[in-house]
Amino acid sequence: MENNARNQVLAAVERQMPANKTAYPETPDFPRMKTDLLAAFENRVKDAGGEVFRPADAAAAQALLASQYAQAKVICSATPEITGNRDIHAVNNPHDLADVDVGVIRARFGVAENGMVWLTEEDLVVNALGFLSQHLVILLSPQAIVGDMYDAYLRIHLEDTAYGCFMMGPSATADIGAVLVHGAQGARSLNIYLLA
Amino acid sequence: MGDDKKVDVAAHAAAFLAQDDVHEPMHDKNLWAARMKRDAAAREVPEWETLRELASQIKEHTLTHLYDYLLEFESNAIKRGAKVYWARDAAEHNQHVWNILQEKNISAVIKSKSMLQEECGMTAFLENRGITVTESDLGERIQQLDDQPPSHIVMPAIHKTAEDVAQLFARTIGTDPRNTDPHYLTEAMRDNARRRFLEAGAGMTGANFAIAETGSFVVCTNEGNADIGAAVPPVHIASIGIEKLLPKVKDLGIFIRLLSRSALGTLATQYTSHFSGPRKGGELHIILTDNGRSKRLGMPDFWTSLKCIRCGACMNTCPVYRRSGGLAYGATYSGPIGIILDPTFDESRYSELPYHSSLCGSCTAVCPVKINISDQILQWRKVMAAKKYLPVSRRLAFGAAGKIFEHPQLFRSAETMASGAIRFTPDFLLYNRVLNPWGRHRELPHFAGQTFREWYLQYRAKNNEHGEQRP
Repeated sequence: MENNARNQVLAAVERQMPANKTAYPETPDFPRMKTDLLAAFENRVKDAGGEVFRPADAAAAQALLASQYAQAKVICSATPEITGNRDIHAVNNPHDLADVDVGVIRARFGVAENGMVWLTEEDLVVNALGFLSQHLVILLSPQAIVGDMYDAYLRIHLEDTAYGCFMMGPSATADIGAVLVHGAQGARSLNIYLLA
Repeated sequence: MGDDKKVDVAAHAAAFLAQDDVHEPMHDKNLWAARMKRDAAAREVPEWETLRELASQIKEHTLTHLYDYLLEFESNAIKRGAKVYWARDAAEHNQHVWNILQEKNISAVIKSKSMLQEECGMTAFLENRGITVTESDLGERIQQLDDQPPSHIVMPAIHKTAEDVAQLFARTIGTDPRNTDPHYLTEAMRDNARRRFLEAGAGMTGANFAIAETGSFVVCTNEGNADIGAAVPPVHIASIGIEKLLPKVKDLGIFIRLLSRSALGTLATQYTSHFSGPRKGGELHIILTDNGRSKRLGMPDFWTSLKCIRCGACMNTCPVYRRSGGLAYGATYSGPIGIILDPTFDESRYSELPYHSSLCGSCTAVCPVKINISDQILQWRKVMAAKKYLPVSRRLAFGAAGKIFEHPQLFRSAETMASGAIRFTPDFLLYNRVLNPWGRHRELPHFAGQTFREWYLQYRAKNNEHGEQRP
């Protein structure tokens, strides 16, 4: 039956496709953002509900994290720079991350156009870290900012990773009375630490 | 789509309008705000119109070469370790889901919003077989708890006030009925849903785009709910309509820029997630579903409706949708896009939908992939008229109108007669609840004392007295 369904859907598509074929269009070289990419990125992160910090070095970042999340019981870091109290590499089951207060992840790059950061399965180690954590701290090199989504898609390689996510600030919803609320299902807050 | 009863759109719309003085103005205001934000976001992109044209061409290219792209997608997805299924219709789609769940002994699933699963009636199908299905998108969950379908593609519960949600949550998840604060209500649902995320044996998603080049698919949400569903339970099942394909990864640069700007006026959704094969330690099942799409592809007047990327911009801008509410359409897809999609599922059942439009063309003007929505609505009216789906009264009226427009002399006398007649038509007829549900909330325009033609003839006559003054 399964093979039958496949062949029938494909045969129907082949039969019904319009005879007039549209060519694949050439994409013109759009004008690229010439402003200060980092400044633009910072502004867009704020628009999306995130915050940007500039710790001087890894030690300063660790101290910043300790002061910002003084109440946190479980901190889980997928980065060598920041130390938490839950070892992500020892986690086999995503459910073990259900109690994480702060997840720390290094992003590959950011996008100036909209304040997105690119995270892959390799950066998250366990994907659920990015979504079950109550709060997220994202480390990002201030040099790793691209202009827009065209540049962004030139930098990513979907064939190299099973999962990749452009994350733009914390979880958000406006489903009740069109009022914007952060922390619908995923992270309640997202702080970006610029750290080379 | 079981029963064949015709959807009475006007009666539904009247019910939404008549309930109180709160819902309709709120609905109108919130959707118009989204439209305004969309305009502002579009203005910020200098190449916006070029992007719309490119997106339209890429979609038309893909659809006119769909056979090859489906094969390419399938083979790449399998290469990446996904299991790919094909479904001819809704029943086959649901059967695949059921088979997968049974085989894994799964009794609870958490799902993110998917219009295709909605279209297939999947939730009811699974619930009838003892599966607990929880919507993880807040708006969709609100609709699920209220036993209603979504009223908008992007904002499923936009027709409800915070007070409505407070009452609903008090009844269903035990919140304080007097607390209408959206922060409080969202937090209550977060706690409620999270438990279900952790108990679910499978996470279900739809897909916004599927990429032939890599066998990947993309899911856009603001809540991150699709990502939790895909990252926490061991099994991920994705329902993908065969029209969702794009040829290349780089095409996403265009479509991601258009989607959320058109939908809510934001630069993107908070999460734009790319799935290429199963996650570490998980399984990925992809169900490629036709359910009428191949048939639509063969309809010369309507096939470009398959370009739709489900942004909802046409709903936000539609003056009829904003007043009537999405549930008035009585169908999975509401608003202008619904009017052109729904009759392809059932012409008779949705034969009234094409008249639920002002034909103002605003939907066509905002569509990010340049679907000629209002032209297709008009085209559907012709189909409905030719197939005599219209109620007799309307058929007679349109028939008479056709005659009059064909004969200018008749039109002129009708025009003069109408402006006279309207003064003497009793309000009883014009604003009658049963005969004309729309009329109750509308004042008819006042006719000018003089028709344009009368004025023009007089004006010309007067001007001629002083000789021609044209340059």
